Amino acid sequence: MSDALLSVEALEAGYGEVQVVWGVSFEARRSTLTTIVGANGAGKTTTLKAVVGTLVPWGGRVVFNGEDVTRLPAHAKAARGLALVPEGRQLFTDMTVEENLEMGSYSKRASRSFTVLLERCFALFPRLAERRRQRAGTLSGGEQQMLAIARGLMSDPEVLMVDELSLGLAPVVLHQLFATLRVLKDDGLTIVLVEQNVHLAFALSDHAYVIADGKLFADGSPDALTDMPEIRRAYLGL
Amino acid sequence: MTTILEVRDLGKSFGGVRAVDRLSFAIEEHAILGLIGPNGAGKSTLFNLINGVFTPDSGRVTFRGMDITGATPDVVARHGLARTHQIVQPLEAMTVLDNCTVGACFGRQNLPRARALQAAREAAVFVGLGDRLDSPAAQLTIAGKKRLELARALAAQPLLLLLDEVLAGLNPTEVERMIGVIRRLRERGITILIIEHLMQAIMSLSDRIVVLNHGQKLAEGAPAEVANTPAVIEAYLGDPALAAELVGKRRA
Repeated sequence: MSDALLSVEALEAGYGEVQVVWGVSFEARRSTLTTIVGANGAGKTTTLKAVVGTLVPWGGRVVFNGEDVTRLPAHAKAARGLALVPEGRQLFTDMTVEENLEMGSYSKRASRSFTVLLERCFALFPRLAERRRQRAGTLSGGEQQMLAIARGLMSDPEVLMVDELSLGLAPVVLHQLFATLRVLKDDGLTIVLVEQNVHLAFALSDHAYVIADGKLFADGSPDALTDMPEIRRAYLGL
Repeated sequence: MTTILEVRDLGKSFGGVRAVDRLSFAIEEHAILGLIGPNGAGKSTLFNLINGVFTPDSGRVTFRGMDITGATPDVVARHGLARTHQIVQPLEAMTVLDNCTVGACFGRQNLPRARALQAAREAAVFVGLGDRLDSPAAQLTIAGKKRLELARALAAQPLLLLLDEVLAGLNPTEVERMIGVIRRLRERGITILIIEHLMQAIMSLSDRIVVLNHGQKLAEGAPAEVANTPAVIEAYLGDPALAAELVGKRRA
């Protein structure tokens, strides 16, 4: 498909001498939600890191908005609108909630619309508004996850990638969040999720990829994947 | 039935916030008690009060008839109460086996090193880390680290185990496997207090559920009973119509 906003081709990546990702390709079309599933250790997190540049890819290409950004550093990709909400939150724990959000809109592009972005985040997570002057390290686990997602949204991304979206979130918050992602998607945001809550993610996905042992195992519409017996057994627990 | 843990009128404030507020509940021996509640409700703080990371401002914690209120974590562990952490806390530079050995050495029994190693190995194998014994903890994936949290707690040979979101970040197949592990723990006679947001999992595992909100008990009862309580739906489960719409769209 040529209308992909983000196109990842034959990506290879790893740590030290250990290769983890072996030629993974996927794409995210504008204003769609794409989900990547796979067992833990399959290489999903490493793939995302290599795409946003917190890990330098060993091979392959990352094309964003028609531009080859494979070798660009992470901050340059973020400034172009490619954002990652990392696994494990990675907050500035000694900074307040609001300061963390400010760090999210560090780029020139995002800082222009800081106030609007901040209001949107507080509307999405009222708990963060209540705790805006509290140090991030003193938040509960789920509140920290909310803050990590909000910080990602503060960069006003064109593509928002989230590693383990649902981690630690109460059902009521998770459902609101998915409902909001749907609204953001309708507004033009492109979303890539690594998500273990496969049922919820598949329900809202336009396209899904299954990664196994660092390679692409299958891809297709959520319905098509759900109908494949080996995927149901191995990844969906059905 | 014998009560293994009783919490009475427990309270803890941070600054002006009442994280846990006059909370009382009890667990019967060999039971699985589920603890749910919105983010920031005080669930993890409650764990920290029970195992002595924090000292409560008020109230009592009684474990097997002994008052352990304010006892330090090492003493609480010696009494046979072990826990896992929501944000995993492995000793990164140490191997899987050594992490578990630490749990065994500072657990219920004062095991000599050889027996501690044996208990550690058994615990690691039990959770499915048998082929990673010599890997540094830092090299495990999140799911592996979650298992390690459980194995280290288990190596302490606890009578009561506090599990803080051990299923989070696991895919449905891995969740099934972990649920199997938790059920087998109960069959071994371990009592379990578990915090979890995965509704299907906690509803099927737990004998009873306690719901926290703003540090207070919002509801308590059998899983089905609690899930149909309007206050619980409002504070925690959310709008059922929205959930049905989100999840059920493709089935409709």
